[in-house]
Amino acid sequence: MSFSKPSVLPGFGLTFGFTTFFLSAIVLLPLAALVLAAASMHWKDFLDVVLSARALGSYKLSFGASLLAASINLVFGFILAWTLVRYEFPGRKIIDALIDMPFALPTAVSGIALTTVFAQNGWIGRYLEPLGIKVDYTWLGVTLALTLISMPFAVRAVQPALLEVQRELEDAAETLGAGRLYVFRRIILPTVLPALLTGFTLAFARAVGEYGSVIFIAGNLPMKTEITPLLIVIHLEEFDYKGAAALGVVMLAISFVMLLTINLLQAWGRRRHVRVAR
Amino acid sequence: MAAALPHGALPGDTTHRPGQHTWMHTLVRWMFISVSLTFLAAVLLAPLATVFVMALAKGVSAYLNVFSDPDTLAAIRLTLITALVVVPTNTVFGLAAAWAIAKFEFRGKSILITLIDLPLAVSPVIAGMVFVLLFGLHGWFGAWLQEHDISIVFALPGIMLATMFVTFPYVARELIPLMQQLGNDEEEAAITLGAGGWMTFFRVTLPKVRWGLVYGMILCNARAMGEFGAVSVVSGHIRGFTNTMPLHIEILYNEYNFVGAFAVASLLTLLALLTLVVKTLVERTGYRRR
Repeated sequence: MSFSKPSVLPGFGLTFGFTTFFLSAIVLLPLAALVLAAASMHWKDFLDVVLSARALGSYKLSFGASLLAASINLVFGFILAWTLVRYEFPGRKIIDALIDMPFALPTAVSGIALTTVFAQNGWIGRYLEPLGIKVDYTWLGVTLALTLISMPFAVRAVQPALLEVQRELEDAAETLGAGRLYVFRRIILPTVLPALLTGFTLAFARAVGEYGSVIFIAGNLPMKTEITPLLIVIHLEEFDYKGAAALGVVMLAISFVMLLTINLLQAWGRRRHVRVAR
Repeated sequence: MAAALPHGALPGDTTHRPGQHTWMHTLVRWMFISVSLTFLAAVLLAPLATVFVMALAKGVSAYLNVFSDPDTLAAIRLTLITALVVVPTNTVFGLAAAWAIAKFEFRGKSILITLIDLPLAVSPVIAGMVFVLLFGLHGWFGAWLQEHDISIVFALPGIMLATMFVTFPYVARELIPLMQQLGNDEEEAAITLGAGGWMTFFRVTLPKVRWGLVYGMILCNARAMGEFGAVSVVSGHIRGFTNTMPLHIEILYNEYNFVGAFAVASLLTLLALLTLVVKTLVERTGYRRR
């Protein structure tokens, strides 16, 4: 292969060929079919689907709830990461391992379990009901489900960055009379900022596409608690493949923007890290 | 904040850092731990406990009865078959991709890595939909497939394809950085001393990356057995035939058969717990995520 550097190791042709073939067959061609299906629509039909009142309502919920969930995880993700990195307490290792639970737990299981806990007669829901807070079948439930499934992304992004914070700098600052808040603002926050933003974006990207855990708790009322992925499924069930493809392309475009943002944030974090390390 | 000033601790003494023993520090520490534990208890531990409490709500015999239902058994079998095909396939892909990317320098490498990660950024619903658009009755190959009496969507092949799509990067993204980090020296030595390519791979590379491989495979397996959105779109929800465990949970739940739904869910929860245990054990060997 002329575009690769020569090496004594064998197998480049075989492994590169298999990788690109399999990637194309399973991921790229199917995604291309989606884009082509949407592209074959007249642009007016496309806009009718994509800008319909029901679609706009679903974007509002999907993006609003995902932004809220990612913001909640920005705060609690930092608190959790800080607790796990800085403090020693009984059960710390178990808690640390459990953070990944939402990764490993099937979304349908998280969905029915959350709905049961936060239903009016559920363990937590029964204490919220007298306060006038209704979680299941509202946007609050959607946000809650998205918070749970995107939580590990925020924690796991911040944890390694917190380990990188140079404690000598903190000690030096405190010795020179700086208060904890000042140390936090001037030393800790600048070091972990790229990681915090990466975690936020990863959590948001995961939340926007989530389906399984949300549909159980959302109640799925059009315009009110209907997320965009569900609207796609509804189009598919009505055999409206073009409508589904149009909405799919909108979501795919958002995924690409998210992916690009994550890569840029990570590159920024690496550059910053190098500068701090010097 | 006077409380944060050093209280006679020596610099460099790691057990007595400045500000370690003030009431302010204790308060902050106590607050962080209790906020963390409360948050986790509400959104994670309570739902986990609910799964088992609900599954056993009507006693152990009602719980065990769920697993004598032929539709439930069919769902378990389908989930196992799917994972048995998908995980090895994606493992072979992951090994090939890692070998090509970590051992060689070529143009467009970073683009290839980004494309391999792409399924992680795509909504599971889209992962299922692309196969409906290709192979569904009104899809591109729909008419041709019907003529030849081949069903992909609403059948096993569709479920496998959708699962393969969503779990596609899991092994590869674990192995690529690991192999890059371990370098090529030992492989080059083996080749120079006359070992063949396959021998080098099986005797030198595979033992080096075994923990990364196990790590990627268990995560791939957990996702493959638990995938809901993508499989839901391609499955058609035919009871006893194209219902995987997560889809079966949905059907039972919507029929208000809560013991049944949570009993099946408890199996998947145990699988998730087992996955975390194996993952933690692998991390103990010194293998760490990036």
